[in-house]
Amino acid sequence: MKNRVALTGNEAVAQAMRQINPDVVAAYPITPSTEVVQMFSSFVNNGKVDTEFVTVESEHSAMSATMGASAAGARAMTCTSSQGLAYMFEVVYVAASMRLPIVFPVANRALSAPINIHCDHSDAMGIKQSGVIQLFSENAQEAYDNMIQAIRIAEHPDVLLPVSVNYDGFITSHALDVLEILDDDTVKEFIGEYHPQEALLNVNEQLSMGNFDMYDYYFEHKYQQVAAMENAKRVIEEVGKEYAKISGRTYGLIEAYKLDDADMAIVVMNSAAGSAKGVCDELRAKGLKVGVLKPRAFRPFPHEAIVDALKGVKAVAVLDRAETFSTLGGPMFADVRTALYDLKADIKVVNYVYGLGGRDLRLEDVEQVYNDLGDIIKTGKVDKFVRYLGLRE
Amino acid sequence: MTPFNRNFGQGRSREGITPDMNWRELTKAGNIYEPGNANTYETGDWRTIRPMWNEERCIHCLICWRYCPDASIFSTDGKFDGFDYKHCKGCGICANVCPTHAIDMISEDEIDEQKEARENEE
Repeated sequence: MKNRVALTGNEAVAQAMRQINPDVVAAYPITPSTEVVQMFSSFVNNGKVDTEFVTVESEHSAMSATMGASAAGARAMTCTSSQGLAYMFEVVYVAASMRLPIVFPVANRALSAPINIHCDHSDAMGIKQSGVIQLFSENAQEAYDNMIQAIRIAEHPDVLLPVSVNYDGFITSHALDVLEILDDDTVKEFIGEYHPQEALLNVNEQLSMGNFDMYDYYFEHKYQQVAAMENAKRVIEEVGKEYAKISGRTYGLIEAYKLDDADMAIVVMNSAAGSAKGVCDELRAKGLKVGVLKPRAFRPFPHEAIVDALKGVKAVAVLDRAETFSTLGGPMFADVRTALYDLKADIKVVNYVYGLGGRDLRLEDVEQVYNDLGDIIKTGKVDKFVRYLGLRE
Repeated sequence: MTPFNRNFGQGRSREGITPDMNWRELTKAGNIYEPGNANTYETGDWRTIRPMWNEERCIHCLICWRYCPDASIFSTDGKFDGFDYKHCKGCGICANVCPTHAIDMISEDEIDEQKEARENEE
């Protein structure tokens, strides 16, 4: 049975967590993800879940406690944003390296300074090389769906990695959206009961985790994580297909929108992909061959799928809601451009940094990007390959 | 690229791990499934100075045996019976506590040079 409801992104994520009913949640509030744990704590208080809820003194402790619970054998979750994720940073690496299948939503927000609480992907991009799987969600529906699937992806024996489910702070987290949520039993059956391969609390099997490694083993253990990420690409697709059977919504590594015959493509993640698709439709109606590519998985980076989806286009604009300060553009731009390099197809790839600190991406901005791509195709020239969309210059 | 082995990191070595094992054979994330396996991890090559026993001076008091932080001194029937060079890290505590100065710390480089010189002579 499907239930069509109106929820904010945070409410949708909290509902997913209620249905997942994890053994342990350890969390600390931070805007804009505060509501998720606030609502979840009320589920705990009202007996809607069987979760042990741990109120910790910081995000560093939140991930530490979650990790401890996960190592002990519990299905454990936390939730954060922005500075909270930055403060969690070192423990995120440990959780990934210890191969703990922790699922944690991240409502994406800018990092200080200047102090800013609004949407930006700088928090998520800070942990892109930490070894966690990162899924991105266009709207509340996708945030909800990604949460349910994340459990299966994280706990898959070929993967065993944390999964962060990203959705845009305020734009998705606080806006009311219409979505379908599955009924509790369907979710329960889909995620299944958690049986960890190994657990510190299993007294019958001796186990020591988080051990010391010298240069003679560390390298191999890092490569095991690479192999798990490689496996994750397959598992994300498998779980997505299985999820389609219970939800009617299909998920893969990327969403290719009207790309089959496109000359121009915009690559963009999270809520801005919705705006891009809207503009894409309008321009299609005028006869322009435009499309949108929305990576759903950013880590692992689905470079094979992206190359396959973009191989026919003439010009690509990658939209990044984060800076790298390399002076070579945003984080996704580097990955997409690298992935396309070996095609030797002379696809012009340009970068637009947009929406930092929550600045709106207007439909006119997206149209401007397509117009620029049109000019690039016409002239064959790129005067500036890293641009700042909506910046007062 | 070669396909990934789906059994990656599923090794559960009971005999301890050795540096010739590849990433598939090693346990996931370096997890340890058997206690007491420090014995199989040889730390002797960390050593830069080597304890050498002077048999004539040794009174078999076994103070060195008691102080060695790495349990790298063998004793048999209450008597000193040599060093465990596979694990001795060369800290020199044994030489320091020996009341009769029966343990000398010799540079591993010097030992190597002498060994090379002997081999050259032969």
